[in-house]
This record gives sequence, C-alpha cells and structure tokens, in this order.
Amino acid sequence: MKKIAALLLALVLCLGCVSAFADDVKLGVILLHDEFSTYDLNFINGVNEAKEALGLSDDQVVIVRNIPESEACAETARDLVDEGCTIIFADSFGHESFLLEVAKEFPEVEFAHATGTMAHTEKLANFHNAFASIYEGRYLAGVAAGMKLNELKEAGKLKGEKPLMGYVGAFTYAEVISGYTSFYLGAKSVCPDVEMKVQFTGSWYDEKEEKAAAEALIALGCDLISQHADSMGAPTACENAGIPNVSYNGSTVESCPNTFIISSRINWAPYFEYMINQKNAGEAIDTDWVGSIETGSVVLTDVNAQAAAAGTVEAIEAVKAEFAAGTRKVFDTATEGFITVNGAALTSYMADVDTDAAFTKDTEAVSDGYFHESEYRSAPYFDVTIDGIELLNSAF
Amino acid sequence: MAGTHNAETREPLVHLSRRASTPAWRAWTIRLIALVLGLLVCGAVAFILIDKLRDDPGKIGDFFYAFIKGSFGTPRKLWKMLKNLSILLCIALALTPAFRMRFWNIGAEGQTLMGVLGAITVDFYLGGKIPEGLLLVLMLLAALLYGSLWALIPAIFKAKWNTNETLFTLMMNYVATFVVSYFLVIWVPSGSSSLAKLKYGKLPSVVNDYFVIIMVALALTVGLYVYLNYSKHGYEISVVGESVNTAKYVGINVKRVIIRTMMLSGLLCGLTGFLIASGLDRTITTDSVGGQGFTAIMVSWLANFDPLMMVVTSGLIQILNQGAAQISQDFNVSGALPDVIVGIILFFIIGCEFFINYQLHFRHHSNREAAK
Repeated sequence: MKKIAALLLALVLCLGCVSAFADDVKLGVILLHDEFSTYDLNFINGVNEAKEALGLSDDQVVIVRNIPESEACAETARDLVDEGCTIIFADSFGHESFLLEVAKEFPEVEFAHATGTMAHTEKLANFHNAFASIYEGRYLAGVAAGMKLNELKEAGKLKGEKPLMGYVGAFTYAEVISGYTSFYLGAKSVCPDVEMKVQFTGSWYDEKEEKAAAEALIALGCDLISQHADSMGAPTACENAGIPNVSYNGSTVESCPNTFIISSRINWAPYFEYMINQKNAGEAIDTDWVGSIETGSVVLTDVNAQAAAAGTVEAIEAVKAEFAAGTRKVFDTATEGFITVNGAALTSYMADVDTDAAFTKDTEAVSDGYFHESEYRSAPYFDVTIDGIELLNSAF
Repeated sequence: MAGTHNAETREPLVHLSRRASTPAWRAWTIRLIALVLGLLVCGAVAFILIDKLRDDPGKIGDFFYAFIKGSFGTPRKLWKMLKNLSILLCIALALTPAFRMRFWNIGAEGQTLMGVLGAITVDFYLGGKIPEGLLLVLMLLAALLYGSLWALIPAIFKAKWNTNETLFTLMMNYVATFVVSYFLVIWVPSGSSSLAKLKYGKLPSVVNDYFVIIMVALALTVGLYVYLNYSKHGYEISVVGESVNTAKYVGINVKRVIIRTMMLSGLLCGLTGFLIASGLDRTITTDSVGGQGFTAIMVSWLANFDPLMMVVTSGLIQILNQGAAQISQDFNVSGALPDVIVGIILFFIIGCEFFINYQLHFRHHSNREAAK
C-alpha cells in the first residue's frame, strides 16, 4: 500500500514538473566570460528569465562559461551537440566564425550568435544572428544626460563654458561608435550645444584602464561620463569624483548611489524565448533578429532621482512615444544641423554591411531622412564620426 | 638518555629532518593521499559554495563524477583532453632545457604567442595565393623564427651582460601581447580587433584534427628525453646548471650553451605556436596561448624536469581543468569555481612534496614519561 502511494506521489510530482515544452528542446549557451563581466552577466540573466518564463527544467538549459574566441568555442559547441542541445547560442563577436563551422557540421541543430555579422551572407538555414536596436536605448539615456547638463548649466555648475560629456569606449568598432553617437544625439536633442570627448581602451573588459580613462576625461573638464565597456571602472571613477554617470549593461546604483543617473541595456530574454518557441513549433528562426523597445529587448533601468535632473522620466517617456509612433529617428539626417560631418549634412553613407576580408563599404545606409541602422543586418554598422564628438585616441 | 629530559629542555612536539632518499612507492603513496585529500576538501568547499549540492547532498556523486566526465565522458572529450595535454606538454618540454640549466625562462607564453603570430602572419598575407603545402611550410618556418627570436633576445642579454632572465622573459610576454594587438588593429580595419578564422593553412587531418598534434608531442617527449639524458649537449646543460664555474673549468663555453639552449626553447615554443595556429585556431587573439605558458612552468617543475614525467603532470592538470569546467557547467555555478577547485588540488599536490622530501618526527611518548 505504502509503495503504491509512493509511486503515485512520484508520478504526480513528475507530471507536475513536466514543462510546456517537449523534452527535446534544449538550449546551450556559450559565454566568453562569466558573471563577473557585466556583459556576460546580462546574458546569464536573460537565459534565466527565459527559462523561468517558459518553465524549462534545469536539464534543458546548459551554460558554459569562460570560452575564448578560439577553437575552444567550436569544441564546446560540439560538446553541447553531444549533450543533446537543439539550440546553441554564443555571446561574443569573435565566437562567430567558430560557431559557423560547427553549424555546417550539424544542420539539424540551430546555432545563434549575438552581435555577429555573417548570417545574412552565409545563408545557412541553421545559423542566425541577433542584436537589438540598443541605439534607441542609448538615445533615451542620452536624453537623461542632456537634462542633467541643462540642470548643471542653469545652476552655473558647468566646468567649462559649454556642456562637455566624456565617453569611455572599448574599440573603434561600429557597435561602440553607433552606441556613443546615439547617446550623444540623445543628449544633443535636449541640450543643443553639448560636445563630447571619447577615450578608447582597446579592451572590452579592463577595469584599471576604464577607470583611468574616465579619470582622464574628468580631468579634461567633462561634466558627465558614460561608457561602453564591461567593467565597473568608469562608474567607480565617477562616484569617487562626484561626476554624474550614465551606465550601460545594467544599474550601478548600488555602488554609485550619488552619481548613477540611468542605464540602458539589451534584455536577451525575449530572443531566447523567441528561439525556443520557434524551434518548438517547428518554425524557422530569423536570419537576422533585431529586438526593440516593443519586444522588450531594449530596456532602461529606473532613473536614480538622487542624481538625475527633475522631469527626466517624463522627457524619456515622451521620446519613447515618438519612437513608437515613428515620428522620431535616432540617426535623423533630415533635421538641419543635427547630424553633420565636417560641417556638411550627412546625405549619403556607404556602410560595410556584408562581411568580407577587404571590409568593403557595400550598402547605402542613408535614405528617407535617416541612417537605417540595424535594418540591413542586426549588428550595428553606423561608424561615422560626426561633428561635436572628438576622439582623443583612435589607435584601437 | 631519558633522564636528561626535564621541563626546560623538552623536545619540541614535532621536528623535521630531510629524508636521505624516498623510495618511489612511498613518494607515490604520499602523492596519491594528497590527491584524495585535495578532492575531499574540494567536496567540502563545493558544499559551501554550490546551492544545488546543499539542497540535494546526494548529488555529491555527480560532483566527483564530473572530474571523470570532463575528460572521459565522450570520445570527443577524450580527444580534446589528449590534444590539450599535448599542447601544454609541448610548451613544458620547451621550457625544460632552460630550466635544467637553471635559466628561469618564464617567457614561454610570449614565445609561443609569437610563434602563433608568425604562422598567422604568413597565413594572412599568403593564404590562397600559394599552394597549401608550401603555405604550411612557410607558416612553420615563420613560427620557429618568431619563437626563437623571442627567446634569443633575453638569452643574448643574459650571456653578454648577465641581465636577470626572469624579469626579462616575463616582460617579453607583455611585449608579445602588444605586438599582437598592433597587428590586429592593422588586419581588422572594422575596429573590432577580432580576426575571423582564416580559410587556408589548416594542418592536414589524420585520423582526426588532433592526431597530428598528439603525435608531435609524443615525438618531442621522446626526443627531448634522449637529448637531455644521452647527448653531449644535454650533459653540458646539466653541468652549467650545477655550477657555471665548473662548466668554465672543464672548458664548456657557457655563453654558447646558454644561447643555444634558449634558442632550442624558443624553437619548441614556436613549433607549439604553429600547432595552435595551424592545427586549431587559424586566428590570433592576445589570449591565443591562454596562460598555458605559465601553467607549463608548473608542469615542468612538478615533473622534476623529467620529460617522461611531464606527460603525467600535464595530463593531471588537463584532467583537473576539464573536470572543474564540467562541474561549473553541470551545476551552473560561477566561472570562478573551477579555478578554486584546481587551486585547492594543486595546493595539496605541490604541498605534499614537502612530505616526500622531509620527515616529521613526533616526540616520543616514552620520552615524556621518562621525563617525569
């Protein structure tokens, strides 16, 4: 009797934990670093959020950390195939060519890659790229920065005559250039005379360098700092110096309660959910998937009232509504004087959209009064240096 | 005897003496005990750090099984382990001639990275433009040239001006990293500094992609064993290592031995760089060697500079690494945990050498009683 009861109990428990998905959906995630990098942590959070939302079991998600951009990535991907993964995802730019190789070996398994550029030219049915229109998030964060500069200006607290922002970037790569330009344009949209200096570090994660770069920018008279690099270096430097900071990849308010204003980030959970749903339904996954504010992929943290200017939340909501209505574009080339290169309006720009060894500029990106970012492929390709932004170094 | 003991001149509870010699069976028993103790401590640490284990202690079996699964779980994992072992072994073998000479070359990381750079440079500029066979030969030659050059510079400074080779070779590692960054900026105009895998210059696949690498490591092990133990060069290295003055007295040209031996180290690092570049990655990052140049120092040292023993020590380190990574994957825990686990076990294994070389004498009970 006892045995039967135990058996029944076990059966009920089993049924209880059967997820909505067939057991054969299994997600494998390859990460360049681990949770100590804000970039990779953002993916881990995305995976966990998707896992919870879809009710996947522990066995249906495998995360592999600290995989370099080398043959090790291909080895890990093959291992994940052996483990029965049906969707394999890698998070770092340099993983792409290795993942692509494995995708050719296992046509029945889906391979997806964040920030990559090769899917639309390789045309493999099982190899996909994904990104998000984070330039919209950066722009909104830029609006918050512009509001803060206006507040400082009115209070007479600017360090120089004109409001000046500093930006710590990783590499002189389109993803970074697109990011800081959209941030700058967001600020410019509310604070027209703002200028910005950019310092590159030549590394995606180097706490010491990023901190030093931020300190150098502060010493040059910057009123506000933002960054596109993955460590706490720049936010820490700002908190120490009492300079407002617009962060990236997530909130740094706990470590920087007095200077953190807002942070934009990509939420990857919608993409993971999308892929799993498509695979489960036997539908194809987009070759290039671009998440947006509507899909919940581009998100902003709460505004820190301690550091932000009054009215920031409302200003952001207003711009967001204009994005949704299509009445405002980030890379708006139609409005006079908004985007200029060497004093002239930007009317045409050939972008390097298709990846080739010679890095040919192959696609006209400016039309209908704006630069069409992330429309011809998911990864950013805006790499124009516009007026108002000064690059302090460009060796990277 | 016993009567002379009193409260003032009591023997310490424990005292040490150096063992004259340790029989192999005892040394290996001590090492085995150390390994088991290390694993047990890892298990205890895992209980503290891994939530899943605390919730379900029954999973401790999975924890230890992961050490085996990481390297032996599938044929693919086994080949991967043998390949990783081979690369690490090659670098350790490269370091060993210099170490036997007591030339503390800690520049294997940079020398190997330069080897990778040499091979990739040739591949980048000539790949697809010349026949594949010729390309591979040129890649190999460039790797050997770059690797040996990176070893030769500190060797010449040591031989001519007696500079400190440890600092010099260490700094050359950093220089190599920046040289690689420099070329990546030139080669990748898009600014990502990430060179996509090159199409040409692939080491031919025999049996599988890893087999050639494993065979090269095997041949190098035997070759170096013979070179160090049965050749005149090997003898000269040992004499210079024992005493430079003795070497001078018996007419050995010390400068020449230093330069020749470091050149050999550099060549072997360059060869390993070629294997990484052509056999595996076909691209380069500043992290292409991934710290193995430093791990190799430990491999060589733990094996007492004996090439045959290095097969065991590099295998041990690889199995530990892959096992620990498997734990991180299976239990979905932080990427720092594998380092903690490998660190603990290595601590025990290195620490146990103390008990192999020294003997502990505990105060005899009888002495204490007699003292009363």
